[in-house]
Order: sequence, then structure tokens, then C-alpha cells
Amino acid sequence: MSSLRRIAIVPALNEEGAIGRVVDEIRAYDPGLEIVVIDDGSVDSTTDVAREHGAHVLRLPFNLGIGGSVQTGFRYAYENGFELAVRADGDGQHDPAQLGAVLEPVLRGEVDIAVGSRYLERREGYRSSVTRRIGIRLLARIVSALTRQRITDPTSGFQALNRKAITLFAADYPHDYPEVEALVMVIRHRLRLKEVPVSMRPRAAGRSSIRTLSSVYYMVKVLLALFVGSFRRNVVPLEEK
Amino acid sequence: MTPVTVSIAASLASIILLVIVFELIRSRRLRERYALLWLLTGVVLLVLSAWRDGLNTIARWVGVQTYPPAVLFAVGSLFILAVLLHYSTVISKLSDQSSILAQRVALLETRLNENGSR
Repeated sequence: MSSLRRIAIVPALNEEGAIGRVVDEIRAYDPGLEIVVIDDGSVDSTTDVAREHGAHVLRLPFNLGIGGSVQTGFRYAYENGFELAVRADGDGQHDPAQLGAVLEPVLRGEVDIAVGSRYLERREGYRSSVTRRIGIRLLARIVSALTRQRITDPTSGFQALNRKAITLFAADYPHDYPEVEALVMVIRHRLRLKEVPVSMRPRAAGRSSIRTLSSVYYMVKVLLALFVGSFRRNVVPLEEK
Repeated sequence: MTPVTVSIAASLASIILLVIVFELIRSRRLRERYALLWLLTGVVLLVLSAWRDGLNTIARWVGVQTYPPAVLFAVGSLFILAVLLHYSTVISKLSDQSSILAQRVALLETRLNENGSR
């Protein structure tokens, strides 16, 4: 599909049931795509399964949370000189068959980062529970206002990034639940961002890392971070080596 | 009744606390995760300081007859206890993690040395 050095970043926590298929499907979509799985302190055999299926595995010594583990992937991509990265979650919700839709705008040089959105078009497929969708709507409103750009799925982790965006995220990436804050960060650094319509699948196995009590924390933390973040000056991204 | 000056001073103190916490988050010296309890402390103290009738009512509920601002001290102390307890759990987690890191580094160092000498 292209000669760019490209990598798939796959964060996984206790996903031994799903990770093998995810790695295989990504490879089937594009054999030239290297795959790095970040095992965020799993207590099952996620690391072994991912290695057996031929992925590079970064095993974190303890749980860093989704932000810390995804950033580990961006640092790996940055230090190893990758020019294109896609992030697809290890639970199988992001269908590798739709990687093309997410990659396309970045490959064309149209944007620096493309985000797969479940809500951009009416489509079949997984759309999350009602309470979560209310939360996602609210966050979408706020993020759209902050970025002055229409955002429909601010919590989506199905993304493709070019070298510029990889460099930014390797240098600075939000903690805990990063996606919403990262969107605002990207726009504030004047990177070009675009949503593309995708459909997602329900998770293949395991359970979400965001449960009821922590979804309250999620909303409070993200809203606080968005509020305080809007008073923050930009950080200077890493210089290219 | 609560003296007006006490309400003003206590409100100012709470606002100063909130501003300091905000600035610490903004300058990235305090993570949002660890700021939430402080912010809650600041907001509750501010509400109790500024809302004089509320403070008097709560004082009556808990049997404070003579000096309602005592409730402010009590609530403030409780929140400080909560923050301290929270930080104790955070420190415990950090020390667990740092021993895991030390062990991993030692294991890696040995593996590197043994590979190098072969």
C-alpha cells in the first residue's frame, strides 16, 4: 500500500482471549505493518499470546493506565523512526478491516491525525451503552467548542497518525484516559485533525477497563483536565533527531 | 451566630486554596488525579464559609450551640484526614511499584552482563 515505515500500536490489558485475533487481522490487512502490543501489566498470558502471533511486545512492569501504555507505543514508534502509526485497541473493538478508512487521509497528507468515529454516519455496529453515549455527547459538545471543529466521537482510540503527531504524543500525552484531552491538545498545537466514519464491534472477550464507579471519575477528571488545560500554554514538541 | 468577619476570612482562605490547586495543575506540578480531593475540600469549605445560614443550621444539627465556625474546623480537619489517608495509599502503591522496578532493573542488568561475558 505504501513504502512508509508504519506501525500498529495495540494497548492490551488482560486480553489473552482477543489479542491473537487482533494481531492476525492487522497483519492480514497489511503485512507491511509492524505491530507493537503494549501489555499494561496483565496478569494473564497476553504477552505470550501476542508474541506467539508475531507482534513486538512491550510489557510494562505494572499497570500505567491507558494513557501511559499508549504513550509507550508512541515513544517506541518515535525512537524507531516510524513515519506512520495506527492505534487499534487490543480488545478487538477496532476492526482492522477498517484501518484503510482511518489511514487514508493521513497517507494522502491531508491531515496529521485521523480519528475513526462511530457517530459521524448512521451505521450498523457497536455504539456503546445509553449512559456512555450521553457522556460521549456531552464531551463531544465541549471538545467541538474548544477546538472550533465538529467532533462526534471524542473518546475514540481508533486513530492514524503521521510522524508529526507521533512526535507530539511521544513528548506529551495525557494520563489515565487520554483521548478527549489529546484531541484538544492536537488542535492547540495546530496539527490537522479529521474524523472519518467507522463502525466498531463489541469487545471480543474480557471486560472494559472503565466500569461504573470509575466512569464518574472519568467524567470529573476529563472535565477538570479540559478546563485547566485551556489555561495552559503549548508544550514545545520534541525536536526531530 | 457566625461573625461576618469569620465568614469573609474563611471564604478568602478557601478561595486561596482553590487558586493554588488550580495553578499547581496548570503548571503540571499536580496531576488531576491527585487534585480532586483538594478541590473537593476547597469547594466544601467555601460553601460552608459563604453560606452562613447553612453553617448555623448544620451547627445546630450537630449540637454546636455557642460558636458555629467550630463546624468549619471540624469539616476542614476531616477533609485533611481524608487527603492524608488517600496519600498514604498512594505512597504504598508507589513503594510497591518502585520495588518492582528495582527488581526488574536488577534482573535485566544480570541478563545483560551474563550475555556480554559469554
